[in-house]
Amino acid sequence: MALLHAAGSKVSSLKEKRSLLPYLLLAPGILWLFAFFILPIVNLAQTSTQTPLANGDTGSYEQTFRFANYIDAFVDNKEQFSRSFIYAFLATALALAIAYPLAYGIAFKSGKYKNLLLVLVVAPFFTSFLLRTIAWKQILGEEGPVISVFRGLHIIGQNTSLTASAFAVVTGLTYNFLPFMTLPLYASLERIDPRTMEAAGDLYANAFTTFRKVTLPLSLPGVVAGTLLTFIPAAGDYVNAAILGNPNTKMLGNVIESRFFKIVDYPTAAALSFTLMTAILVLVTIYIRKAGTEELV
Amino acid sequence: MADASSSTRGDLRIVNVTKSFGDFNAVDDLTLTIPEGSFFALLGPSGCGKTTTLRMVAGLEEPTQGSIHIGSTDITHTRPYQRPVNTVFQNYALFPHLSIYENIAFGLRRRGIKDVKEAVNKVLNLVELPHLAERKPVQLSGGQQQRIALARAIVNRPALLLLDEPLGALDLKLRRQMQIELKWIQTEVGITFVHVTHDQEEAMTMADTIAVMNEGKVEQMGTPADLYDNPKTAFVANFLGQSNLIEGRIEGNDGDNFVVDVFGQKIKINKNRSHAKDSSVLAGIRPEKIRIQPAGTAMSGNVLTGGVISDASYIGVSTQFQVEMPWKQELMVFEQNDDGVAPLEKGDAVTLSWEPIFTFALDGREDAFAGSEVHADEE
Repeated sequence: MALLHAAGSKVSSLKEKRSLLPYLLLAPGILWLFAFFILPIVNLAQTSTQTPLANGDTGSYEQTFRFANYIDAFVDNKEQFSRSFIYAFLATALALAIAYPLAYGIAFKSGKYKNLLLVLVVAPFFTSFLLRTIAWKQILGEEGPVISVFRGLHIIGQNTSLTASAFAVVTGLTYNFLPFMTLPLYASLERIDPRTMEAAGDLYANAFTTFRKVTLPLSLPGVVAGTLLTFIPAAGDYVNAAILGNPNTKMLGNVIESRFFKIVDYPTAAALSFTLMTAILVLVTIYIRKAGTEELV
Repeated sequence: MADASSSTRGDLRIVNVTKSFGDFNAVDDLTLTIPEGSFFALLGPSGCGKTTTLRMVAGLEEPTQGSIHIGSTDITHTRPYQRPVNTVFQNYALFPHLSIYENIAFGLRRRGIKDVKEAVNKVLNLVELPHLAERKPVQLSGGQQQRIALARAIVNRPALLLLDEPLGALDLKLRRQMQIELKWIQTEVGITFVHVTHDQEEAMTMADTIAVMNEGKVEQMGTPADLYDNPKTAFVANFLGQSNLIEGRIEGNDGDNFVVDVFGQKIKINKNRSHAKDSSVLAGIRPEKIRIQPAGTAMSGNVLTGGVISDASYIGVSTQFQVEMPWKQELMVFEQNDDGVAPLEKGDAVTLSWEPIFTFALDGREDAFAGSEVHADEE
């Protein structure tokens, strides 16, 4: 009897261990997020409502819960704010237009070159983001190949340059985030059973209708994932605008950067960061609702 | 396009069609006529060219040579969506993002038919799944998906319905049930069904006519009974059920029969059932046609003596015996257990006999095992 009892308690302690296991597995991630995401966010939130100390040095602030900081920050930077979203939107649209045919080709038409092409898509990640952006400046520069083609085709005038322009910033963003668009698109296209496309052809749909009614809807999860992965970092980016732009192409990221590191205006920088984060969250939520990805398999 | 399916009717004719992949001929100079309204099966082991043939009829592959016609219309070079042909795919290939209703309506809508409701509901009733109209394909069982795939195809009333191993993914019991159902639906809608399978039992259960394919060619075509009772090649004899093929030599005539010597014993073979090219033959007899008795029992018909039972397996409806003959060949005998368990055991000396009419003769130079190994691979 005692033996049975002991055996019983052993079983129950094993069960307890089992139920703890998921939490143990989650613990490193949760700790990490707590230390490097939750705490900084709280800190940032506190900073965003501070005001300068009356007689303090530059960069010393006290907590006064001045929520008007948000309004001031927004009103002063409306232009950069909307520019961030316009550029991010353009870059996302361009990246989608370039990446969809690319991903489609890799998924269905590349045969034995599939893996090679996928490696090439990821290859830019082997060099630093900064270096790639600087290289893009070279490509668009006076010595580069693009400008001579554009001038030759009279797309731009002989004295117009491509660098230090909105064009350079948007194409830079497109180029830098293209793999984030391509890979999810590829993953969702690759999952499509080619026989469903054959079935569409069999059921009187021509190539275009097959694409519109079968391929495109089935690849929507990839479109949603890709556009989010491109749009979100592009909206907050400041490297492209800093390297490829001019003072009139500044994005919100550049403002936050200079407020933090040059002007040491922490409250405004923090308020802008929060506003940007909220705006992106709202936009993304609306987008996911509209796209209705939960409906898709 | 909308009237393509109504104007093009008639027999399917495949004329001298060859399909090559590199220097391999998947289909080799195939000529076949499939009568309108029939349930036709293309039967063969994997790699015999049956699926390639089907895909060429569907328009998913283009023949390297030859032509394909429906009635008087040449469809060889038309696109899949221009053909009055619909396919039930092996894995069903239902559209995962569309409801069952929209899956079925797909073909009708593409042909510009606005009012699809009546047709869709009618075909849903035919496959007895009207309550699933709003579900998505993933929410259905394999058997239900199979029926929806069928419904999605026949709702278009094609001249020709192609079925590519349609029951391959179902379990045995469901497969049996669907075989009967498919046959019933075919009779009901009257569309020509062309059915590709490697399962001989499935082909025999459903089809009016079977073409047995091997290595890109048709080995033999006929009704199930015809193919089973009177196979022309060793491949057909072994692929459709099991056969005992015994080497022999035609020694003379006896009325409608040849007299054949098999290892010193004489048997008779009806001349109508002989496909021998000369005197060298393979005498064929199906295992269930053979009677088995203890040695010394007087028996009529074709009689072979000197057998010893090397193995006996009781499998319920029948007992399967392996009988070793004096020339060291093992013959298979299926004995119905209609008198209870047969009183014969391993090691017993036996005499085998059968009615001469059940014997068939094949060309003696054929490989007696052709078609028997491929079966083992498939199952």
